Amino acid sequence: MILLDDIEKVYRTDAGEVRALDGVSLNVEAGEFIAIMGASGSGKSTMMNIIGLLDDPTAGRYLLDGADVSKLDDDTRSKLRGRLFGFVFQSYNLVPRMTAIEQVELPLLYQRLPNRRQMAMEALERVGLADRANHHPNQLSGGQQQRVAIARSLVVHPNVILADEPTGALDTKTSEEVMGIFADLAREQAITVVVVTHEQNIAEFTNRTVRMRDGRILSDEPRPHPAMAVEAASDEPAGHPVSEVAR
Amino acid sequence: MSIFDSIRTALRAIAANRLRSGLTALGLVIGVASVIVLIAVGQGAQQGVQDRIRGLGSDLIFVKPAPQTDRSTGARGARDSGITLTAADADAIAGAKIHGVMGVAPQLAFNAQAIALSQNLGVTVIGTTPAYAEVRDAKVAQGNFIGVDDVDRRALTVVLGSAVAASLFPDGDAIGQQLRLALGPQGFNFRVIGVMETRGGTGEQDNYVFVPVPSLSARFQFLRNPRGDISVNQINVRTAPDAKQDPIEMEITTVLAQRHQVVTPDFTVQSQNDLVGAAAEVSRTLSILLGSIAGISLIVGGIGTMNIMLVSVTERTREIGIRRAVGARGIDVMRQFVTEAIALSLVGGLIGIGIGVGVAVEINGRDISGTAMQTAIQTWSIALAFGVALLVGLISGSYPAFRASRLDPILALRSE
Repeated sequence: MILLDDIEKVYRTDAGEVRALDGVSLNVEAGEFIAIMGASGSGKSTMMNIIGLLDDPTAGRYLLDGADVSKLDDDTRSKLRGRLFGFVFQSYNLVPRMTAIEQVELPLLYQRLPNRRQMAMEALERVGLADRANHHPNQLSGGQQQRVAIARSLVVHPNVILADEPTGALDTKTSEEVMGIFADLAREQAITVVVVTHEQNIAEFTNRTVRMRDGRILSDEPRPHPAMAVEAASDEPAGHPVSEVAR
Repeated sequence: MSIFDSIRTALRAIAANRLRSGLTALGLVIGVASVIVLIAVGQGAQQGVQDRIRGLGSDLIFVKPAPQTDRSTGARGARDSGITLTAADADAIAGAKIHGVMGVAPQLAFNAQAIALSQNLGVTVIGTTPAYAEVRDAKVAQGNFIGVDDVDRRALTVVLGSAVAASLFPDGDAIGQQLRLALGPQGFNFRVIGVMETRGGTGEQDNYVFVPVPSLSARFQFLRNPRGDISVNQINVRTAPDAKQDPIEMEITTVLAQRHQVVTPDFTVQSQNDLVGAAAEVSRTLSILLGSIAGISLIVGGIGTMNIMLVSVTERTREIGIRRAVGARGIDVMRQFVTEAIALSLVGGLIGIGIGVGVAVEINGRDISGTAMQTAIQTWSIALAFGVALLVGLISGSYPAFRASRLDPILALRSE
């Protein structure tokens, strides 16, 4: 599915060259739930950006479903990115002036798909936020905002969801809920989920952990029995809802 | 993203920040409105001047005395000695049978007080001959114009402009009434024999009263020149509609120069067309000046639009990153911001047209520091202002949009 072959990424800055990735090879199969761990500067975010076609490698080959995507132009990368990948970020990255349903519709807008509202609603239902469809981000709790972001990432039925520190801003209970959603998506819909994290207890939910240091892969271990999260049964927000505080 | 979605996205972004959108459009609103108003004012002034000159009558040549200066002392001559044209000059021009000349009428104009039984009014007295009615295309509404007989007898008869008649004889029974024309210590009673039709325009000509020119000169001593001739301050010459005026002007100059026995004419000959041309030149300059000022304000408005669009791109960097992450191409982002700029300038342009036309209509005919304002809204100025506003919006939106499209999605996503 995802095959990285001796990927290098070198940034040229005023201070000189920075070798963010130094010969990384990785094979991820469809439906895998994988954690990438490492300290900041270890190259995990750079690898994530390259996998998600937000960035291109300086050297090495990147095969996506067998097709070489290492040297594509910006427009083609944008199109593939919109169709095959969903992104989830630590800071949610929602557009402040849009309602939840509009955030989720956004990727469909660029795919020119019909029935956008319906598809977006289904994605919101999937994360248990159907009744918050018309709320703006500042009316939602952190956990709810992250679930909107997850809905946005899965609305296009992507092959891969890339989550960069998705639980970094969430409390433990909400974090578990989010990881539970990811686990279900990987297991039930065979979506490959790649989670970048530096928290061991978050990595416990995945089937495989890749550790990185200084732009290289340090270890790559499967986890036969991952922790099982209790997926959020209700829409009740964990932590205090921002909306009530704001009012 | 389809065009429809682009427009919807743009309108939503505009609506989301109304204050900023309003400020962005304001520059273009003011620019468009001022182009329309200032061009309407300029064209109105031009039209007003031309109407006024045409109102004097068409196909006219005016002969006027030139200012005289005493050669030995360099002193400018006194008023009466400066009068170089006489009623006899008018007869001479008529007698020369110049081809294309339809009629010649001298006129002697001065201001006097007209006193009726219970009313009085400052009027312009025009001493002239019966030919005036035809030459100046002046029609009598009641009674008669000055006749040949009145001139021969130096009769004390007067024909009133419509405004004078209305003021002094509000009951409409002016004909046959007595009217005293007083100038300084002197005054004489005249009998009203006619009332003119309303000329309209500025109303200036409706405040005239006409009397036979010899009747004036015979009674008001100071109106005669030192030789005792009946001096006049203008000779009106009417030319045939299809006649070329330049050769006629030359012939008149020749006739009068011979009569006056001068080499350098002590008079000026000028046609209606010369006046219209000169006035049109002046008001065209005025129009261009006003148009330029308005154009500058439109450009300034455009720069304001660009400024705020740039701020908008900076503020929404993260949104751009999000859009890129979910599959927007650079061109999609660019199109979004260009569409926003065009939508803003469209709205700004339309509001500007509304305000501009409204103001131009509102000030038309208003009295502004003593002058009746005249505006003429030009369709082309509306189209021009709107077109330029759209163009300015497009240009000033393109650069920020281009910047937005070139943002690195990774950096954009990390921006605060």
